[in-house]
Amino acid sequence: MKLILAIVVAAVLLFGCAGQQGGAPEKQLKVTGSDTMVILGQAWAEKYMSLYPQKKVSITGGGSGVGIAAIIDGTTDIAQASRDMKESEIEKAKAKGANPVKTIVAYDGIAIIVHPDNPVSELTSEQVGKIFKGEITNWKDVGGPDEKIGIYSRESSSGTYEFMKEHVLKNADYAKDSKYSAGTALLVQSVSQDKTAIGYVGVAYTKDRSDVKILKIAKAVDETYFLPSKETVKSGDYPIARSLNFYTNGEPAGDAKEFIGFILGEEGQKVVEETGYFRV
Amino acid sequence: MGQKKLSERAIEWGASAVAHASILIIALIFLFLFAEGYKIFAYDDPLHIFFGTDWQPTSQNPRYEMLALIVGSLVVTLGAMLIAIPLGVGCAIYLSEIAPPHLAEILKPIIEILAGIPSVVLGFFALVVLAPLISLAFGVPSGLTALNGALILAVMILPTIETISEDALRAVPKGFREASFAMGATHWETIRHVAVPAAMPGITVAILLGFGRAIGETMVVLMATGNASIMPTGLLDPVRAMTSTIASEMGEVAQGSAHYFALFMVGCILFAISFAVNLAASMIVKRGQNS
Repeated sequence: MKLILAIVVAAVLLFGCAGQQGGAPEKQLKVTGSDTMVILGQAWAEKYMSLYPQKKVSITGGGSGVGIAAIIDGTTDIAQASRDMKESEIEKAKAKGANPVKTIVAYDGIAIIVHPDNPVSELTSEQVGKIFKGEITNWKDVGGPDEKIGIYSRESSSGTYEFMKEHVLKNADYAKDSKYSAGTALLVQSVSQDKTAIGYVGVAYTKDRSDVKILKIAKAVDETYFLPSKETVKSGDYPIARSLNFYTNGEPAGDAKEFIGFILGEEGQKVVEETGYFRV
Repeated sequence: MGQKKLSERAIEWGASAVAHASILIIALIFLFLFAEGYKIFAYDDPLHIFFGTDWQPTSQNPRYEMLALIVGSLVVTLGAMLIAIPLGVGCAIYLSEIAPPHLAEILKPIIEILAGIPSVVLGFFALVVLAPLISLAFGVPSGLTALNGALILAVMILPTIETISEDALRAVPKGFREASFAMGATHWETIRHVAVPAAMPGITVAILLGFGRAIGETMVVLMATGNASIMPTGLLDPVRAMTSTIASEMGEVAQGSAHYFALFMVGCILFAISFAVNLAASMIVKRGQNS
């Protein structure tokens, strides 16, 4: 998926440079990082460039870690990260003299998905953790059929993988027999083919899909179960939610500042909703 | 002996420089891989790394044991060979010995088109079409198994094995076959006892090159095999190949970390295997030429 998603949104400018206005051609704003955010980033870039044809923005994926490493090394203008920076990354940034500043640009919930034929429709956050850790291995232990659970995870370079590991698995390892999908679309595809499957994806990918079933999740057994939605993610009722971030080296300035300004404005936030995430 | 022209000598010198450079490049690649890879031994001893089966590089308590990955690669590759060798060599025999020329002219390009299909397309086909069929046929919950990878890899390496085997068969001198027919041998006996044995070095090379291609293939196995890092007990288990491990984990790994070194060591193992296979192939070619 990473390879597939390493698509650069080429800034096809029909007017910009061809015009007689003169002046140096605009520098391209580089945005790189989270695979989860690539679709969102591309949608922003398209809208932004259609509103301001003289601007060029390129979006690439690779994973949040790739983006953060790029901001530390100074090879990108903006890093997209679907998680916060880790201690180790902050230290590395300090060592290299970089000063990454976070801006929250959207909210995202992680949806827990199963095969549509699976009778289980709700789990607690803890149960989800135990399943992915390999402590619960049969669907009958969570109210389903007597069938071994097939675990589908993202690869370790994915921000979603990290987020699940930290917040739901509480930093334990994924079960040894977890299958790994090289991208979100591949994972959804695999889960839709396996009756015993459980997997996790950003909610945007489950929008308008009938080939997988989204589970309701509760913080604990005696609390209410919620589907991931705009209200439940922003209110914090849905337990597996996170912010989607931009990192810039220092406070955003110049082109980056204009782009972020657009994103946080009405137009940019509309794109957030259209893509299936939740506005700030 | 006339004096060689300066320009001639320059060309000779240039050609030899290029030839030597490619050797140097290969040596440097291995050196580079190993220089990074051996550092993993500072984190765990080689016995664990090569013979342990626990690959948990992003754990709080990380383990970098590679046997499951090595076995995973080998299971998929050998499975693919089991399918592709009989098909590929059989095809080659049919096209060079049996098929009427006009039919061979149509079939040959069709087989060669297989070689031109991008591996990501084959991988996607394996994921979307083949995997559900395998799940249905064998009653396993998920078709993302070693078998799935082996089937699709077999399709990938079929043209390699077929083309080189066929060339080897066609290179068998006509006189061999004529002599065999003159002795009263049937067509089938001629194929079995004369043509195929005479072409054996070439066919072996075809098989080895197919093996090399299969074990180095990344995209197909990444998409088709489920990537669970367990020791497979059969073709219906998911496997994690060495190539897909490097491809999917290298992206985010911190430079200079144990995980980074471990991935280089996986690269060393892959390199060593494909180097050994290619070396064997070229030795067989050489022996064939001498005899």
